[in-house]
Amino acid sequence: MSDKAIAIIFFVLIIALTLGITAWASRRNKDTAHHYVAGGEIKGWQNGLAIAGDYLSAASFLGIAGAIALTGFAGFYLSIGFLVAYLVVLLLVAEPMRNLGKYTFADMLASRFNTSSVRSVAALSTIAISMFYMIAQLNGAGALIGLLLGFPYALSVIIIGVLMTVYIVAGGMVATTWIQIVKAVLLIAGSVTLSIIVLSNFSFNPLALFAAVESEVGNEALIPPPPSSLAASLDVISLNIALVLGTAGLPHILIRFLTVPDAKTARSSIVTATWIIGGFYLLTPILGYGATLFVGRDAIAKANPAGNLAAPQLANELGGPIFFAFVSAVAFATIVAVVAGLVVAASSAFAHDFYTNVIRHGEATEQEQFRAARYTAVGISVAAIILALFAQSFNVAFLVALAFAVAASANVPVILLTIFWKKFNTIGAVTGILVGLISSVVLVLISPNVLTGVSPAEGVTPLISVDPLFPLKSPALISVPLGFLGCYLGTVLGGRGAEREREQGLQTSYDEIRVRANTGFSNIEREIRTATPESEPRTT
Amino acid sequence: MDRNDEWVRVERTEAFKELIRSKRAFIIPATIFFFVFYFGLPFLAAFTTVLDVKVLGSLNLAYLYAFAQFAMTWILMHLYVSRANKWDDLVDRARREASEATDHVGEGRRA
Repeated sequence: MSDKAIAIIFFVLIIALTLGITAWASRRNKDTAHHYVAGGEIKGWQNGLAIAGDYLSAASFLGIAGAIALTGFAGFYLSIGFLVAYLVVLLLVAEPMRNLGKYTFADMLASRFNTSSVRSVAALSTIAISMFYMIAQLNGAGALIGLLLGFPYALSVIIIGVLMTVYIVAGGMVATTWIQIVKAVLLIAGSVTLSIIVLSNFSFNPLALFAAVESEVGNEALIPPPPSSLAASLDVISLNIALVLGTAGLPHILIRFLTVPDAKTARSSIVTATWIIGGFYLLTPILGYGATLFVGRDAIAKANPAGNLAAPQLANELGGPIFFAFVSAVAFATIVAVVAGLVVAASSAFAHDFYTNVIRHGEATEQEQFRAARYTAVGISVAAIILALFAQSFNVAFLVALAFAVAASANVPVILLTIFWKKFNTIGAVTGILVGLISSVVLVLISPNVLTGVSPAEGVTPLISVDPLFPLKSPALISVPLGFLGCYLGTVLGGRGAEREREQGLQTSYDEIRVRANTGFSNIEREIRTATPESEPRTT
Repeated sequence: MDRNDEWVRVERTEAFKELIRSKRAFIIPATIFFFVFYFGLPFLAAFTTVLDVKVLGSLNLAYLYAFAQFAMTWILMHLYVSRANKWDDLVDRARREASEATDHVGEGRRA
């Protein structure tokens, strides 16, 4: 049997498995609450695995291993940043988000700001971030399947697009969560096995692996890239800002805290997720350097200039065609599952925030909402497929970096200030999101990612032959402070002040937000009435 | 009466004040610490070469620092969770205190 036939068998098995899960989940996907957030019934460890699954996207599994294989330590920044980002999420965002939100990120803002303008711009930034992220994943998947199975790019993208649409329309968040859980388990099993095989060549001593890298490739593969120019140094800082803050603004990660019944479960799911994600990222140097040593940098760069196929190539080299097919199929499942989660985030932003709350003023029936959610899921998928077909020449890492930078600049300032700043008002929230969104997108459009210069350096795909107007590849260093500044100036210069807004019913009082965010109370009358005092009630 | 009064009543309970105090006492220093510790690595790596020093075989200070970030994340995470689980008790106490206060204030106002 040819290698390609084995690979196809594994792909079919994975697709059959995910469709089976969807068929099972579709019986439970009976209303909007299940469609958007799995009815809030997901258990802590399940949600932890699903968060890990969302997080271990193609960018993590394929991208980081490839980056370490080709560039050494510089690739490991991604692992550290993605992991430490969980502290931002856990300490600052997760519980208030869980306590204030319902289905979407915009719900959380809307719990404080009772105007459709805030909801609309929040939905806009959610859709923008999810789209950039989704196009990146589809783009990567197209390239991956193309190389592994020999399908043309367009056909690969359409296959994945159709699959994800089926998962979501039939199974909603229930199916998306379970596909994510199964995928996380497969991905971890594959990575651990691959790492053990690599380490077995070094008598299970990671230091021996490092020593081999130093003797065969040189010490520059192990040390951070030496400071070359101010722009290069600032770019490292900027990238790290986007990595560590971006996660707390990614809509598909934020909605994961709404799928669990309470804050305690949200907490325990982050603990599970962080152990899994951290454990996985500790393996990335083993996978990356393993690929450097056993596959070789030239062969990796030849298969894909960004090194995205380093992990499957390593599997082929050390485990033979069957293991290669398994790892490739897992990579494929990874992409499909992450894209499905993104479609849920983007389509609920559209259906729940725009349609139900802005257009219908919250008066759509349950059935209308459910139908709208499914229609928009199809619409979002089709839009993503079409955009991905046009985006074939874009670099995957650039699109992911853009999604993180937009999330860090547009969403994070508003989320933090909604929770922690008493004087924050509607104008501040709207300008903050718009300034963060627009500045990060514009800075990327005039950066070396897009304006590749009159004479592009080696390995850079030329896009527009104009010298970059903004020297950094990652905009976060500038756009994150601009996002905060937009929130501050909008609040101070525009609008009526939080107190006036409250009197006019435009804003919920900060007393309520503060109590709700910190306690999880939602219905104050019920909370107080059902509380059972230790002593007997004194008024009878 | 304004629904807001009910929220304010919770806010004024001793338990809620203690909850906020306890949260601030942990979250603010922890956040400052992990941001400084996190950005220390890219700053040192991007502007200096001090992290190139080898400490154990071929393992250099940069990787050691990077692994220390993993340890920091896990440790801070567990410290947070063990505290947060105690905060849940304060939330329950705040609910009880507010409900008792409701009875008193309700009487006072009507009188």
